[in-house]
Amino acid sequence: MCDQTFLAITFGPCDNCSQNKPLMNIYLKNEPINYCSLCVELMACQGLAKGETIHTLKTESETLKAKLEEERAKLHDVELHQVAEKIEALGQFVMKTRRTLKGHGNKVLCMDWCRDKRRIVSSSQDGKVIVWDAYTTNKEHAVTMPCTWVMACAYAPSGCAVACGGLDNKCSVYPLSLDKNENLAAKKKSVAMHTNYLSSCSFTNSDMQILTSSGDGTCALWDVESGQLLQSFHGHSADVLSLNLAPSETGNTFVSGGCDKKANVWDMRSGQNVQSFETHESDINCVKYYPSGDAFATGSDDATCRLYDLRADREVAIYSKESIIFGASSVDFSLSGRLLFAGYNDYTINVWDVLKGTRVAILFGHENRVSSVRVSPDGTAFCSGSWDSTLRVSVRFRFSGESDLRNILYSMVLLFTGIRDYRW
Amino acid sequence: MPVINVEDLTDLDKAKMEVTQLKIEVTLERAKVSKCCEEISEYIQSGADEDPLVKGIPEEKNPFKEKGGCVIC
Repeated sequence: MCDQTFLAITFGPCDNCSQNKPLMNIYLKNEPINYCSLCVELMACQGLAKGETIHTLKTESETLKAKLEEERAKLHDVELHQVAEKIEALGQFVMKTRRTLKGHGNKVLCMDWCRDKRRIVSSSQDGKVIVWDAYTTNKEHAVTMPCTWVMACAYAPSGCAVACGGLDNKCSVYPLSLDKNENLAAKKKSVAMHTNYLSSCSFTNSDMQILTSSGDGTCALWDVESGQLLQSFHGHSADVLSLNLAPSETGNTFVSGGCDKKANVWDMRSGQNVQSFETHESDINCVKYYPSGDAFATGSDDATCRLYDLRADREVAIYSKESIIFGASSVDFSLSGRLLFAGYNDYTINVWDVLKGTRVAILFGHENRVSSVRVSPDGTAFCSGSWDSTLRVSVRFRFSGESDLRNILYSMVLLFTGIRDYRW
Repeated sequence: MPVINVEDLTDLDKAKMEVTQLKIEVTLERAKVSKCCEEISEYIQSGADEDPLVKGIPEEKNPFKEKGGCVIC
């Protein structure tokens, strides 16, 4: 049986040419207008200069990209690992998990450290946002968001508030109070409003402004107190999955990565896209600035992590192995920038030597995807959140009065027996 | 509220955005890769000694050390 659909056509004077014709009911910026089909065509072509079509724009885009590659290649005289050849290798590392934070009922999607180096905020799929004391593993605060999939959470620089958001398309700020009995949800403040899910949020250097990225392809800077949009950043052609602010010494820029395989660097004041990098072969899940602010690393679904230098304007290192086939969901640098910690969808965390491009450690222990990896502000430990609903705080294992021989022996024991995370 | 939703943009708009952006990028000033890599190396070398995850810290000073138990009877 065919359904017969009747299209109701309105007939009347066109808003533009005033002739009586069949009208097309269209909406421009949420305003209904009635134009005849001829005027709609003319209007669509107005935006184009003479002779421009999608085809010409695409060819122009290709030529520009080729020229860009040419300019970048001129300065590409050496690889990072070649420069690093004369530097001493790190040797094998042993990482041990020292704290396991259990309490989420569902996948942990995001986490952040507080500047006091001991508190952690984490958010999960079931809508819970929990603030932990990582030294004691106690839960200090817990809030239930009205939406599920809280994909973004961030601690305020002062330590007095947390921001979170996800499928509700908003970013909400909760001030943390010392009074345990106080209902945190009552004090919630909605700050950001996007037209699609919130993928990432971050406070700027103060509690007063928040930077957000969203599935609607934009990033935006908001004033927390008034909820006003201060600046918006357009340039991605698909969902933006992650953003990271430059370390404060280097000024007002941030980097974002998205499903269009691009990583863009933005100027916060002007809203201008300053630089753009497109060498990944799949979605970029995470971007992180290098501690000096001159470079940034990305983790992607193409199972590689890459390092891009901002002054050379190109990719300078790629961290991958043939045996790693699962996407990297999250990356972070150690304090000096020598190590890159990357969490993967194959439940492991790989630790890479940034300079040499080699892997120095693998951390097992999680029973599901690792969704978030962050090094603590003083660099003593790193925390990983996973879909197995736990968070683990791990440190570099060193013996007191240690010798290299013992380190090697223990590493061999780990390798041959396959025991993953045992206690001694 | 941010002004655009990327799903609402036409292919034409996206192509235009891309071309304008590329025109800006082609004119950027760049430094040689060797120089940039040297600077990254130097930065790391200078910071590596204070990096607890690279050098390791003794258990006593580690705030995340094992919570041991000593019972005095």
